[in-house]
Amino acid sequence: MATEMHNLQELRRSASLATKVFIQRDYSDGTMCQFQTKFPTELESRIEKQLFEETVKTLNMYYIEAEKIGGSSYLEGCLACVTAYFIFFCMETHYEKVLKKISKYIQEQNEKIYAPRGLLITDPVERGMRVIEISVYEDRCSSGSSSSGSSSSTSSGGGGGAASRAR
Amino acid sequence: MKECGYSEINTRGTSPMESPHIKKKATVRRKWEVFPGRNKFYCDGRVMMARQTGVFYLTLILILVTSGLFFAFDCPYLAVKITPAIPVIGGILVFFVMGTLLRTSFSDPGVLPRATPDEAADLERQIDVANGSTSGGYRPPPRTKEVVINGQTVKLKYCFTCKIFRPPRASHCSLCDNCVERFDHHCPWVGNCVGKRNYRFFYMFILSLSFLTVFIFAFVITHVILRSQQSGFLNALKDSPASVLEAVVCFFSVWSIVGLSGFHTYLISSNQTTNEDIKGSWSSKRGKENYNPYSYGNIFKNCCAALCGPVNPSLIDRRGFVPADMPQAVSPSNGLTMYGSTQSQSNMCDQDQCIQSTKFVLQAAATPLLQNEPSVTSDELPLPGKTSIHAPCTSLALGQPTPPSSMPNLNSESILTDMIPLKEDLGNHQFLTPDEAPSPPGMLPVNSPVTHSHTMHVLNLVSQDSLHEDSVRGLVKLSSV
Repeated sequence: MATEMHNLQELRRSASLATKVFIQRDYSDGTMCQFQTKFPTELESRIEKQLFEETVKTLNMYYIEAEKIGGSSYLEGCLACVTAYFIFFCMETHYEKVLKKISKYIQEQNEKIYAPRGLLITDPVERGMRVIEISVYEDRCSSGSSSSGSSSSTSSGGGGGAASRAR
Repeated sequence: MKECGYSEINTRGTSPMESPHIKKKATVRRKWEVFPGRNKFYCDGRVMMARQTGVFYLTLILILVTSGLFFAFDCPYLAVKITPAIPVIGGILVFFVMGTLLRTSFSDPGVLPRATPDEAADLERQIDVANGSTSGGYRPPPRTKEVVINGQTVKLKYCFTCKIFRPPRASHCSLCDNCVERFDHHCPWVGNCVGKRNYRFFYMFILSLSFLTVFIFAFVITHVILRSQQSGFLNALKDSPASVLEAVVCFFSVWSIVGLSGFHTYLISSNQTTNEDIKGSWSSKRGKENYNPYSYGNIFKNCCAALCGPVNPSLIDRRGFVPADMPQAVSPSNGLTMYGSTQSQSNMCDQDQCIQSTKFVLQAAATPLLQNEPSVTSDELPLPGKTSIHAPCTSLALGQPTPPSSMPNLNSESILTDMIPLKEDLGNHQFLTPDEAPSPPGMLPVNSPVTHSHTMHVLNLVSQDSLHEDSVRGLVKLSSV
């Protein structure tokens, strides 16, 4: 576990962040937390479509499980209500349990699939469940061509780069 | 473990100017200390309330004093004369009321965290693309997004403060300066917004409070009647003067509280929010095909979903630690100056830290192409002849904000200057919710029944909590007649 984490950090250190891709929410079935499974064109050269779709679908499945309204959630709600919601001080809700599963799953996917391809998924809960943020990293040596858009402010960029290199 | 793993991701986001300032006290800052909204936090971030809490203390005092008097002066007599169950039931009710009240007031109502600079920049690009394709000449940006929810088209408005498209049912609370999920209303009585996360607490609070007031009122009257049977009405009042005070407080509050809980019972059973009900979002008066897309179509299921559904976790992680240089922590409510290309560009240049000076030459060669004809760049760009870089490169050319001199950006700049007066206007009228202001004039259908919905609309402009006050005032008037 520790070594894997080390690898992820290695990736961040050895590569520079090129861009970020945001997968937006899909509201077609209501306000439930679901993400669009449309494959973003920015990732085309980085990852296979099926792998990406499988990740997003699995995430969506987890969120459905978390927000499912059924017997167990009613039981939990009624129990909490009877205790004037004081039970929440000492009980983890079903939603929180699933969120832990999700962050575990994302870390696993990052290590197995995404990090080797220079990608990293950020847990949606850290972005207010609005987006799945996928950071696209690039090898430092070949990133010269990636700076096409920011030519107007390269001078200040040099300063920023120096500062973070020093760290 | 996970936290420290992900915090690393932000390390590139700082610009050299602000890093010394943050590093000074970076060690133990928690996220609530840099929270951008207008909220108060207590107990190291565990408790979260609105800034104005005066009315909340009034509520607290009214409930505690009234029930205290009831237990001190009425219960001993009633327990002996009728049954000891009365103080027991009263005690349970007070416990429940206080529990739910404190829960409502102290919890996060479902605040949506503001967009990170990267996310905001990405949205800006999307908006620019959408604008660029449609607008021929000058036109203000529509800054709305339409989504279809269960067959009903819903407009998502862009929030200039939070830099997000507000999710459906979310609204920006002008008092707390936050976007709140499933925003119901801002309730000064509980000193907090009422939203997705604390609506059930709020509902249980007003429901149990209406039971409590009815309970106390009924038994105070019983007490007075029993005593006056013994020794006459005037002597009874003399014997327990507190009962008179309790009766008066209960008499005036019972109408508004029972009315309010009745209203919220109706809202819950139709799965609406106060906000939507006031605006008449799903009212059939707006059109025949207008219906509430969130309703489960079954009163029982709506109630269960609202009261016993899953409890959503707080999204703002108040007690999490601020990463050493979190981009969000910097100038949170800068309004318009934050979004736009400058921010993202400064970020981008930090990211491209490894550019060597020789590469600048290549860039300089590439930029004229960029500036002249943005559409060509994707074909022209791969100047360094490595095939492996081709795709990231094109994606960047499309994805990154284009240089200021290019067409789309000019467009956005002019939009930017155009929107500033609007924003200032917003600032002047504190009560005007940002939700209302940028809406195009055509938002309300022209043929809508003007008398009813328009007045309600105006009321809504005055204050998000107008319904509260309105219903209270109306009911007080009713009760005084």
